[in-house]
Amino acid sequence: MRTVTVLYFAWIRERMGCSEERLSLDDEIVTLDDLIDHLKARDERGAEAFENRMLVRAGLDQDHASLDTAIGDAREIAFFPPVTGG
Amino acid sequence: MAARITISVQEADFDLGAEQKALPPDPSAGAMAAFVGTVRADGTGFEALTLEHYPGMTERQLENITAKADTRWSLADIRIIHRTGRLSVGDQIVLVITRSRHRGDAFQAAEFIMDFLKTDAPFWKRQTDGTTDTWVDARDSDTTARDRWGE
Repeated sequence: MRTVTVLYFAWIRERMGCSEERLSLDDEIVTLDDLIDHLKARDERGAEAFENRMLVRAGLDQDHASLDTAIGDAREIAFFPPVTGG
Repeated sequence: MAARITISVQEADFDLGAEQKALPPDPSAGAMAAFVGTVRADGTGFEALTLEHYPGMTERQLENITAKADTRWSLADIRIIHRTGRLSVGDQIVLVITRSRHRGDAFQAAEFIMDFLKTDAPFWKRQTDGTTDTWVDARDSDTTARDRWGE
């Protein structure tokens, strides 16, 4: 087990109903995809927020990461939609 | 020599003239390019938008982008300001200033920085027409614009 901070932004934050949570991850959760599976299975909010994985982008310790990336020793994970700044 | 790089993420508006004047004197920098992005009316009648961002990752990504630009071109200065919070149609939203010895570096670096900012900097726009709020969708053309640089 290791503990990570998970951040949510934009409509993913709205659907999750929170902007941040601390999570203890089981050893079976290896990649970001695994974490999404966990959040989808956990409750309705997670199921709604991550319904369409194609629209989900992720940050691993504040760098962009594809969803098949291993979480490894990262402390901060973020899920957000494709960015729309500028 | 490495460029002087200054990045600000702020709610406050900015003044291009003031930012230009704030650059240190540099007689060898013969060219300055500036890009100012404003909130564009898109015909759907929205009045304002709110910009959310990911503090920490935003600055980190902008630093990565400017570091790449600094490697690729010979630049004296890079200045970026990106606003957050509530903005109305016509309001300034982003400023990129690049300064170099000759114009080519400044022009190209400014465009490069904007192209990568659009796809890599974690900002999200939510627009409102006064009654309904909707999140703005990302544009495929922005990814195409970034990918042509081959980074």
